[in-house]
Parts: sequence; C-alpha cells; structure tokens
Amino acid sequence: MTPRGPDSRPLRRLRALRVPALLSAQHAPLAATVGVLIALFAACAIAFPGFLSPGVARNLLVGNAVLGLVCVGMTFVIISGGIDLSVGAAIGFASILVASLVQQGWHPLPAFGVALAIGTAGGAATGALIHRFALPPFLVTLAGMFCYRGCALMVSERSITIRHPFHRTLSEWASGPVPPAVVLFVVVALAGWIVARWTRFGRDAHALGGGEESARLMGVRVGRVKVSVYAISGLCAALAGVAATLTTGAGNATAGHLYELDAIAAVVIGGTPLAGGAGSILGTVAGVLIFGLIQEAMPHAGVTNSWWFRIAVGGLLLAFVLLQRGLEGGRGR
Amino acid sequence: MRDAARAALRAFGRAAPAAVAVGLLLAFNAAYTPGFFDLTTVEGRLAGSMVDVLNRGAVVVLLALGMALVIATGGVDLSVGAVMAIAGATAATLAARHGVNAWSAIAAAVAVGAAAGAFNGALVAGAGVQPIVATLVLMVAGRGAAQLLTGGQIVTFNDPVLNFLDAGFVAGAPMPVLIAAAALACSLLLSRGTALGLFIEAAGDNERAARLAGVRVRAVKASAYVLCGLAAAIAGLLAASDIRAADANNAGLYLELDAILAAVLGGTSLRGGRFSLAGAALGALFIQGLTTTLYLHDVSPNATLIVKAAAVLAVCLAASERVRAWIKIRSRP
Repeated sequence: MTPRGPDSRPLRRLRALRVPALLSAQHAPLAATVGVLIALFAACAIAFPGFLSPGVARNLLVGNAVLGLVCVGMTFVIISGGIDLSVGAAIGFASILVASLVQQGWHPLPAFGVALAIGTAGGAATGALIHRFALPPFLVTLAGMFCYRGCALMVSERSITIRHPFHRTLSEWASGPVPPAVVLFVVVALAGWIVARWTRFGRDAHALGGGEESARLMGVRVGRVKVSVYAISGLCAALAGVAATLTTGAGNATAGHLYELDAIAAVVIGGTPLAGGAGSILGTVAGVLIFGLIQEAMPHAGVTNSWWFRIAVGGLLLAFVLLQRGLEGGRGR
Repeated sequence: MRDAARAALRAFGRAAPAAVAVGLLLAFNAAYTPGFFDLTTVEGRLAGSMVDVLNRGAVVVLLALGMALVIATGGVDLSVGAVMAIAGATAATLAARHGVNAWSAIAAAVAVGAAAGAFNGALVAGAGVQPIVATLVLMVAGRGAAQLLTGGQIVTFNDPVLNFLDAGFVAGAPMPVLIAAAALACSLLLSRGTALGLFIEAAGDNERAARLAGVRVRAVKASAYVLCGLAAAIAGLLAASDIRAADANNAGLYLELDAILAAVLGGTSLRGGRFSLAGAALGALFIQGLTTTLYLHDVSPNATLIVKAAAVLAVCLAASERVRAWIKIRSRP
C-alpha cells in the first residue's frame, strides 16, 4: 500500500459520495474511531446514571495506561509495516526485573533505568536482525516473546512486592490526583504523536511502511528507521512494565499476558491499518480509550462476565476492518 | 497430473531442513539421553520417550498441517488456538450438559471448526481483508465465545468415546498419534493427490497470474482456511479429551504460534507459494522433541522457552536468502 496522496482512489470515491472534502481518505479511519469513541461515551453517559463521574474517567485512564504505553510503540512498528509480538512478555520482564533489583537493595530509579535500557536494546537488536537478514518480523518478535517470558520467569516465578520508600511514594500517587502511570502515558503519547506527525523520522517510518524499495529510492535510511521503530516499541513496553509496577506495587513475570494482542487490536481499532504506511498516534489513543470504555461500561450495563468484553472487542475489530476495507475499495484484490 | 507429482516431489525436498533438525535432535538423544529410544509395551500398549513425543506432539502436528496450507496461500491463521477452545467447549457442553451422545458432540465440534474456518476464509478471500487482521478478529473474540458456551466454567466430562480420543489405544498405538497420522495422510492425498496443492501454491505465489490462468483463487483460499479450521477443531477435541474437560481460557493458548513455527520450520515459506505437509509435521515433532529432551535433562521449563527462541532465530537465519548469499560470498575463493 502506498501512502495515500490527495489523488488516491478512496478520496475520489468519497468525493463521489459527496462527503465533505474535510473528511479526506487519510482522515476517514481516524474520524470513524473518534466518532465511535464519542458516540460510545455519549451512549454510556445517557444510559448509565453516574457514568459521567471523575471516578469513571480516572478508572478509564489508570486501567489502560499500561496498555496505552505499549500501543504507542506498537503504532510506530505497524506504521513502518512491521509487527511486534514481544511487547507483552517485555512488560513482564521489565516488571519482574525492577522488583528483583529493588529487592537486592537497588534504588528504584537506576532499576527503572536498567529495565528501560534493556527494553530499548532488545528492541533495537530485534530491528537489526529483521533488517540485516531480511527476516520476517512476525517470527523474530515471536522469538523475542519466548525469550523475554523465559528470562522473566527465570528471574522469579513468584510475584515480588516492591518495598522501598521511594517506590511506595510513587505508588501512593497512583491513587492520588496525578497517577504517575497516566502522566507517563500522556507524555509518551504526546511525544509519539509529535514524532510520528512532525519529524523526518516519522515521515520516514510512514514511507517505509508504504513500500521498502520505494522508501530506499527516496533516500530513506531504511535500516536506521527499522531499528529505531523496534527500539521505540521496546522502550514503550519497558515503560509499560515500569508503570505496571507503580500501579500494582509489585513485579510479576506474567504481567502483560496477551497484551501484544490487545495492543494490535487497539491500534487497528484506532485506524492504523496493519499493512503499514498510514495511521496515527491520536487514533491509537482513541482506540485504547474505546477499549477501556467497553470494559468500563460492561459492569454498568449489568454484564459482569468478562467474555462479553472479548466478544465486543472482536466485533468492533471486525467492523473497523471491514470499514477500512470499504474505504480502500477494490484495491489490491 | 505430472505437474502435481513434480510439485509433491519438490515439497518433500522442502522438508529436508526439518528432517535434518529432527535427525540432529535424535542424534543428541542417542548420545546423551539414556533410554530415549527404549520401547516397551505396558499391557499391550507402546510406551517410551519416542511414543511420548509423538503423542504429545499430535496436537501441534494437526495445527501445523492446516497452518501450512493457509500460509501457502500467502495468509496466516492466528485463530487456531481460539478455535481449539471453541471446539472443545462445544463438544464438552453438548456431551456433559445436554446429554447429547458423544459422536454427535464430536460432529458438532468439527462443524463449528469448519464454520470458523469459513468465517476466516470469507473475510480473507471474500472481503479481501489482510489475513493477520482477519484472523485476529476470531483470535480475540473466539475465547470469549468459548467462555460464553461454557458459562465461564471449566466443563468436565466423563464419556467413554470422548475419553478414548486422547487416552485410547488401537493396536497398541495411542489414538492421538493415529489421528495425526490419518490427518497427515488425508491432507497429503487431498493436496498432492489432486491439483488442490498446486492451486494453493499458485494462489499464494502470484494471485493475479493464478487467476488469469483460470484458478479460482478465492475458492482455493477459502478452502485452505476451512481445512485449517477443521484441523484446529480436531486438535481442540484432543486437548479437551486430554484433560477430560473444556478449559476455554487455556485450551490451545499460544499454540497458533507453535503451529506457525512448525510450518515454517518444515519449509513452508511465510511469503506464500510453497508448502510441505510432511515438513510441517516434522517441524511440530521437532518442537515437541526439543521440549521433551530438555525436560528429560531436567532443564527448567522457563529455560526451554529461551532455547525455543534460539531455535526460532536459527531457523529464520537458515532460511534467510540474505544469509545464504552472504555465506556464498564468504566461501568464494
């Protein structure tokens, strides 16, 4: 898929449907995501009294900050045409590593630093392997997933409670007015949005996802971009692991179980096609919020069974995929 | 017909790396694992480490056979683990809760698997959705659907026919091995005895060319997904029979990744266009053999994950054309 220019076919289709030019094909998936988010929120606010409370909004953000952090990194990888299955296991590894280091007498800050450095380096190594040997990202990041999970379980199979005054202070903020995990998510999402939208690196990542050969001919340093997107994803996953320790006050090797799937689903719901070359961090944030909103609305609707949540997410994913497919029209068939 | 025979021969050649890997593993065991090749009969039933590998590997063999066909069409099926859970839940609830006789329950489970495959096939071949996303829908929603069937509980059953699927023996051989062998024989006959295999490879290699040559690409692709769903359903029945219960949360968890790995190990290219069923089966047995060998050597299951990661990377590198080219340049005088 090529990055969609102003004269791409979906745009012409939309024009033929007399959709306002404001809604260009590039923005249609994002508009759909934001539209669904607003509609869903409005519906919940009307249907469930007490939904419009700060407590619910808080839950929405606190409960999804970890997933959101992972999704920012995942968006970069998917925009560049790749995929990263290792993020869920990377969360578990970062989480247990921090807890274990603090248990051995480290101050939490350097422990965070080590976890973030390993996450970034691991991501960069993944990207380098994928680029240098032209390996399929799916399999290389699958190996990363096995490796991280194995390492995490080798550090400790049991969850480790973090007992350190500094960490406890941070954890206590988690129930205060400014939960650190949420701050982290907001800052990272903003930074990610700026980088993806306004920098040369962001444009290069889009170009790479549009087509590797054409990106190279355009002068994109493909290797550097590929290594960077996976490094960003690794960094985001490690940050998510650190955020998870702040939320739970403990490190757990099985943290982030199945998060790679949830992240991919949230990114796709956020309007970023898995084919690469398009997408936005803003859409991803909206996707994560939709994800959280469904989760939050279920108990209000009297549904306490967790399985309806997965079915709803699957249904939403299906709807968005078909919508994207419809916008693309008959291309690539 | 001669073309089909030639394609079959080439497919056997593709299984060579997996055969070498299995050979190396067997050689290692011959040297370092005393008693690995010992076969004993307990009450007229075969027993021993080799039988154990075949028995436990049967589920992934089944999944890998279906997966190889799907990957050969240029797709991938992420939903097989979830389909396993659905099939197990269907059979268990029907048999244990509704008093349906076991054969009808099995038939229903298999039909549900085929329907799930048809759903994936319709999305990929009919709507033209990217296979990773299309099958992600069912991967996310499928476990929810399975839990919906079981009411969120683990449904236990004790039915002679259902128990026999995993624990039974015919002529001294365990049922799972016989089922997997029968599936291999059937799929070989279906794909190489007819032109279906050739069509699948044509569709995966160059869709446009295949269509222009008169191959009904959509029907061929859809049939690959249906076969994959069927295989997953049978695997799900085996997994449920193994624990005499349907566990919607954990049945087949992460097995889609093992299946993809097994198929790729066995010489099926992730880019599509070529597959080897014998290779896929060997790949699955290699994974199981590795796990069993490490277990026999008292390696912790966590370290096994890391060895598995190394194996994935080694296989990727061995299959990478860039690595091969690099070695060629290096070895030139």
